[in-house]
Amino acid sequence: MVLLKVNNNKTTDEIVATQEFTDKKLVYDTQQLNLWYGNHHALKNIDLAIKENEVTAIIGPSGCGKSTYIKTLNRMVELVPSVKTSGKILYRDRNIFDADYSVEELRTKVGMVFQKPNPFPKSIFDNIAYGPRIHGIKNKKTLDEIVEQSLRGAAIWDEVKDRLNENAYGLSGGQQQRICIARALAIEPDVILMDEPTSALDPISTLKVEELVQELKQNYSIIIVTHNMQQAARISDQTAFFLNGEVVEFDQTDTIFSRPSDKRTEDYISGRFG
Amino acid sequence: MRYIDHRTVIKRMSNRMLLNKVFKVIFFAATLFALLALGVLFYRIVTQGIGYLSPEFFMNFGSRFPEKAGINAALIGSLWMMAVVAPVSLIFGVGSAIYLEEYAKKSKINDFIRMNIANLAGVPSVVFGLLGLTIFVRALALGNSILAAGFTMSLLILPVIIVASQEAIRAVPKHLREASYGMGATKWQTIVKIVLPSAIPGILTGGILALSRAIGETAPLVVIGIPVIIQFLPENLLSQFTAMPMQIFDWAKRPQEEFQYVASAGIIVLMILLLLMNSIAVFIRNKFQKRY
Amino acid sequence: MASNEQTAKMSVQEMIAKQKGNKGKKWNEKAIPIILFIIASVSVLTTFGIVFTLIFETIEFFRRVPLLDFLLGTEWLPFSNNEPLFGILPLIAGTLKVTLIAVVVAVPFGLASAVYLSEYASDKTRRVIKPVLEVLAGVPTIVYGFFALTFVTPLLQQFIPELKIFNALSPGIVVGIMILPMIASLSEDAMSSVPNSIREGALALGGTKLEVAIKVVLPAALSGIMASIVLAVSRAIGETMIVSLAGGSTPRFDGDITGSIQTMTAYIVQVSTGDAGYGTTIYYSIYSVGFTLFLFTLLMNWLAHAISKRFREEY
Repeated sequence: MVLLKVNNNKTTDEIVATQEFTDKKLVYDTQQLNLWYGNHHALKNIDLAIKENEVTAIIGPSGCGKSTYIKTLNRMVELVPSVKTSGKILYRDRNIFDADYSVEELRTKVGMVFQKPNPFPKSIFDNIAYGPRIHGIKNKKTLDEIVEQSLRGAAIWDEVKDRLNENAYGLSGGQQQRICIARALAIEPDVILMDEPTSALDPISTLKVEELVQELKQNYSIIIVTHNMQQAARISDQTAFFLNGEVVEFDQTDTIFSRPSDKRTEDYISGRFG
Repeated sequence: MRYIDHRTVIKRMSNRMLLNKVFKVIFFAATLFALLALGVLFYRIVTQGIGYLSPEFFMNFGSRFPEKAGINAALIGSLWMMAVVAPVSLIFGVGSAIYLEEYAKKSKINDFIRMNIANLAGVPSVVFGLLGLTIFVRALALGNSILAAGFTMSLLILPVIIVASQEAIRAVPKHLREASYGMGATKWQTIVKIVLPSAIPGILTGGILALSRAIGETAPLVVIGIPVIIQFLPENLLSQFTAMPMQIFDWAKRPQEEFQYVASAGIIVLMILLLLMNSIAVFIRNKFQKRY
Repeated sequence: MASNEQTAKMSVQEMIAKQKGNKGKKWNEKAIPIILFIIASVSVLTTFGIVFTLIFETIEFFRRVPLLDFLLGTEWLPFSNNEPLFGILPLIAGTLKVTLIAVVVAVPFGLASAVYLSEYASDKTRRVIKPVLEVLAGVPTIVYGFFALTFVTPLLQQFIPELKIFNALSPGIVVGIMILPMIASLSEDAMSSVPNSIREGALALGGTKLEVAIKVVLPAALSGIMASIVLAVSRAIGETMIVSLAGGSTPRFDGDITGSIQTMTAYIVQVSTGDAGYGTTIYYSIYSVGFTLFLFTLLMNWLAHAISKRFREEY
């Protein structure tokens, strides 16, 4: 069953009991995941159970594997040719590595926002409509509705509603990132993966994106990789600390940042390395 | 003990600087030589040929008499041939480039394909003519038709189009592809909707430049046996035809001095066509470079 | 949450429903790589086509003409009624004469242009001159040939009275002009990729621009420069129309450049514009000459590739 790092000497059973009490299902259950880039063992025996409708942050120093991990969740890591994996990742009880689970279907349910904003060199409307269109939706009126809904969901509708036909490249960095979030929202995913989404943005845009994340968690499950500990502390419910390809500690954010169980976590949080 | 005597250094300095100035002029003059050659070439051609550029020149066919000689059949024939070369070379050229850049994994076969393309780029055009003669004219029994010449020319410029398309596709930033895959798009969807639209300006520029080369190539046409005495316009792809380079070649070879002027006129027409195509290519390159 | 879920349910379900009907898309994804692979193989087929064609017909040629006669014979008289001779050395001599003259013209001027563009010219000057060089490279060879026959030869005849109307000097010079942009452009690329830090180091020691260019940059870019020269030679060897128009059709195995000659490429043109019937020895001779030509250029191209590979390793 689900393995969790023991927290404050509670037994696994007690923790599981608390989990069931809060009545949230697991959205991602990683079991004994190992990943190699060629000969380099990048992820080691990862066990991580992520609940739905929460913001789960993944923190750790450069090179600890957090980006690799999040890209494994939607199998984007397989774009690198020398990648090998072992172990299971259950997305809502289905192993994403199953031969009959197509990678396109997975990515329809699990969206991704990247570190550097990457809108397409198309109009704002075409950017948002890209997802629905490739999945077969052609009706103009439907697309109009989806675009408006997504832009509202990303809190940028008012800023762009009069220039939907303009090229997305004319927007500022922060706006472009919110367009990318809207684009991900347009296919109504279940989970949104965010790989350091604000590291290329200015402080004001960062704030806007963080507020957005808090709103979104009501309807989506959000997993966010961040190298900014304060950000993790601000916006997440659960935090996982990665080091050298392993999960060192995974607990409620408050606990991680105030009473971490592992010395390594404490050292990282207090800035002794990283 | 000091080894560097500053008095000697200063004495030599002025010589060295003089040498520098002299050679700068020499190098510049050498560069001008090429420009001068080009200038003289154009001047000669234009002054010789401009007098012969009349409406009759465009309407007449080739003839034994210089006053009656015209470029009609050759011009139309060249355009017919390009109507074959353009689609064939672009489809096979861009298709190969897509395969090599998006699908081909590291393997012996794919290395072999790449090496082949590099080799083909260095084969003389007359050898392509021999290939066309054997395969298209004889073995496939196409005769010295537009189709045979078109296929031969397409093979000739294929490596150029492949390389240009590869570079255009490679220039599309990786993060655009990632964004597309991240939304569950398939590989082909990503290629058609994201990669190709961004690469099209580069592909078109390279393609048009390659096509402009095909219009001016003479040797393969000679070997295939494209005639010069054509008094009719082609009817279909299997028709015999003549092309501008062949016509110019024929006029240039004739002993009568009059034909020199006719040849010059023909060259002017060819060069205008080339100028047009190159301008379009440059225009496309400039217009779409502001995107990123 | 409920109402959002409902609208969410509608679009997601729409998509899933439509996707179920898109099994055709899966077929697409499997078939397209295969189709593209076949398309890419055409380039390989072309090479095989060239090699097999040349070898096939050349073998037929050597059924009629002994190999040694071909390789070592100093007379090329295919049209003789009594005793046709097929020694290739005269044609090679013709090609060599033109190529050597072309190199003598193209290398100094091409390299000098490259040095000027890379080390001395301002950005503005470079932006004007480079496109002109590109134009020079884009002029069709038939135009160059016409220029050689009608302008260069008469001009040279004023200084060299012994020069005949067909000769090796005139096409040699014009081929040199034609390949000059190639040497200039590729050498300039090679010199531009020498890191500026090296130049700055030499200048900081008090070197003049000339000394830096000749003693530091040129040696550093040497492989690239040599590769460009070899490629240009390959191009000169394969040149056809300039030598056809201005070189003549007199195969001779000697060192004279003032009289009519014939190159390998010009011979192929001569036969192709003539009436050689299919199946005659003369018909097959264009393949044996073509094959020889192909081997020469293949060798040059491999050499250039090997040289430039060494160039890439250094940086």
